[in-house]
Amino acid sequence: MLSKIVRTVANQLILFILVFGLYVIAHGHITPGGGFQGGAVIVSGVVMLLVAFSSHELKKSLRERTLSIVESSGAIIFAVLAFAGIGTVFFYNFLVGTPIFGGVPDPGPGPGNIWTGGVIPLMNFAVGLKVIAGLSAVVLAIALFSSGEEVEE
Amino acid sequence: MDTLITHSSILIIAIPLLTAFLTPLIGMASKKARNTLLIVSLAFVAFLVFALARDISINGIHIYTLGAASPDLTAPKGFIVPVRIILEVDGMSILMGIIWSIVSLAAAIFSLSHIASETGQNRFYTLLLLMVTGGFGMMFTGDLFNLFVFLEIASISGAALIAFRTKFADTQEGGFKYIVVSAIASLMVLFAIGLLYAQYNLLNIGALAQAIQYTTPDKIALALLVIAFAMKLGAIPLHMWVPDSYAVAPAGISAMLVVSSQVSMYALFRVCFTLFGVTLNMYTVGWIVIILGMLSMFIGVTMAIPQTDIKRLMSYHAISQSGYMLLGVGVGLAVLGDPNALATYGREAMSGGIFHIINHAMYKGLLFLTAGALFYRVGHRDLNRMGGLGHKMKLTSIFFIIGALSIAGIPPFNGFASKFMIYESVYQFNPILSAIAMLVSLITLASFVKAFQSAFTGPPLPEYKEVKEAPKSMLIGMGILAAAIVFFSVFPGLIVHHIVDPATNALINQGAYVNGIMGGTP
Amino acid sequence: MEHIPLNFPFLAAALLVGISFYIIIFKKNLIKLIMGIAMLASGVNLFLVSLGYRAGGVAPIYTDVPEGPMVLSVPQALTLTSIVINVAVLALMLTMVIRIYRHTGSLDSEKSRKMKG
Repeated sequence: MLSKIVRTVANQLILFILVFGLYVIAHGHITPGGGFQGGAVIVSGVVMLLVAFSSHELKKSLRERTLSIVESSGAIIFAVLAFAGIGTVFFYNFLVGTPIFGGVPDPGPGPGNIWTGGVIPLMNFAVGLKVIAGLSAVVLAIALFSSGEEVEE
Repeated sequence: MDTLITHSSILIIAIPLLTAFLTPLIGMASKKARNTLLIVSLAFVAFLVFALARDISINGIHIYTLGAASPDLTAPKGFIVPVRIILEVDGMSILMGIIWSIVSLAAAIFSLSHIASETGQNRFYTLLLLMVTGGFGMMFTGDLFNLFVFLEIASISGAALIAFRTKFADTQEGGFKYIVVSAIASLMVLFAIGLLYAQYNLLNIGALAQAIQYTTPDKIALALLVIAFAMKLGAIPLHMWVPDSYAVAPAGISAMLVVSSQVSMYALFRVCFTLFGVTLNMYTVGWIVIILGMLSMFIGVTMAIPQTDIKRLMSYHAISQSGYMLLGVGVGLAVLGDPNALATYGREAMSGGIFHIINHAMYKGLLFLTAGALFYRVGHRDLNRMGGLGHKMKLTSIFFIIGALSIAGIPPFNGFASKFMIYESVYQFNPILSAIAMLVSLITLASFVKAFQSAFTGPPLPEYKEVKEAPKSMLIGMGILAAAIVFFSVFPGLIVHHIVDPATNALINQGAYVNGIMGGTP
Repeated sequence: MEHIPLNFPFLAAALLVGISFYIIIFKKNLIKLIMGIAMLASGVNLFLVSLGYRAGGVAPIYTDVPEGPMVLSVPQALTLTSIVINVAVLALMLTMVIRIYRHTGSLDSEKSRKMKG
């Protein structure tokens, strides 16, 4: 565990990192970014917390069961969204034209409209959830390994 | 039922994926529900595979475009190249699909009691279902980059499953070797895909087959793809990881890994036959495949003779048997440009090689499962310390006998049928190859007689007094594969006519594959 | 910018791939082997991204885009998928090496081998 200054600053900074990561995830269909990239940004924030506090402290907040549930539900949301269009074809973008993210943008250059893309922004969120939970579990497990513990079932 | 068949190719890939992520949630609630969900989903996938196989034999190649307005809309109005990820299932793909569904169902049922006393079972079944997804994705896809992604999915889950028993050091070493070889092979495949994309701006196998000219970067891409898939399937001289990985994995996973390396062999054939097709001189590439096959056959079986670890012995035999498949299909590849030779013996050589793929998956899977049953009851894999187990484990020894007679090519089992087709046709190509193949078959028989005698016959040893028969779910798993072997042995002509010959025709006939994708466009 | 030849990224990618193959074949330390594979992945990713470049191109984003041709966006998608896959592969390899070290006490690939023959 590092000194009190580092811990306090880390506690404040994690909020900004979280917001930036969610921004990258949410705007994935109009600017560079998306599920994996935003998830990786947030996981770098988790790594910062892991370094500031030790892995034993962080294990009390990020429990392995919670991470497993969040990870599985992210993947299940993705698969369910893909299955939902199976009336036509699998992965069909059935939300185009509906009020949820359903705008159709004009072709060519211009300012991006976030309420477009159909099912893609929702899939970005699902992938982002899965990446956050999955990579946090990996990082936490490796950190706990090096200090001698095991993460059992 | 018709809509089910139309969507069946993507359902076969997507249902194990969805079940893989439902498993941790349901497993936290109740174990029996998780086991039931696993078996039900794998059985449903097997049913879909057989329904799709019947549909393909009637209606021809099956196309599915993900995300389009209708499943066979490969190129929407105004596009001259196909867009979107397209699944294309022809005779060869569905043959591999049949093998994979049967072996994964048997391995899953076997594993229900094989790992019943270990921790982390939720993760085991998740990884097993992800490996099933990766395998089916590799077989059914019509897109090069999709092939790479599913190859990686299958490799990563396979490596994690090999290293599942973390108490032992050799499992970690075997898993490490597997993931290193897989990573290097996959990066070489990605490099080759990059080379092909840079030239033709296409990733779809059918469209690329039509547009490809045989320039120097294409030759480099072909060489990289052949070397990468030869690394993944365990051909000599790139075989170092095979005995280490197959021996230490849990037994059901060893059976599935064998079929997984056959799927890499399928990808090799897909690249050589369909992607590069008849635009290049196949004689040299055919002879390279034949040389790889001969080396694998001979060196595999000679290194299997001094082994004392039963699963390591079987892994060397797996290398040797994949040499037979490479030999058969390599002869077909070498005479692909010569229609006369192709009609006389080339087609039969390819059919023999492809029939051997099915037979090998069945009997090698059965042998690995019997070795797993021995390990479960006895606690080690050393043949020198085992003895006289046939008295108590009667059914396991019968399954072992069936598997051993099949692998040695003894009539009337199915190994004999496919080996006979290979001997006959390769003899007309070059008699020396056929003679070496028969010699290897004799050495295989000798090796398995030794293994059977060490493990099962002889007086019962005092330290194995409480050894009982294997648990029921293991017997069911082994029984599925044994029943498939007996069925293939009794009706080989039926299997060859309905399943293997369409696969051979699908590989030789590149035009049908391309027309499936580009058919609608003028 | 005109003094750099146009195939400079490809030379860099080839150099990375060559060095990484040297490391994988000749180095004995397991961690160095993992670093070699990471370097191979970087080389292949660099090759994929740089083959999409078009002379004078801009980034393929439509929001307030300047004039000019756009670089190809498909290789960027392929590279992103490859990066994600390599993260998983590297995490898996590192975990296995940690376990091998704990069981055998050595990171040398000759000394920590248990299976021979």
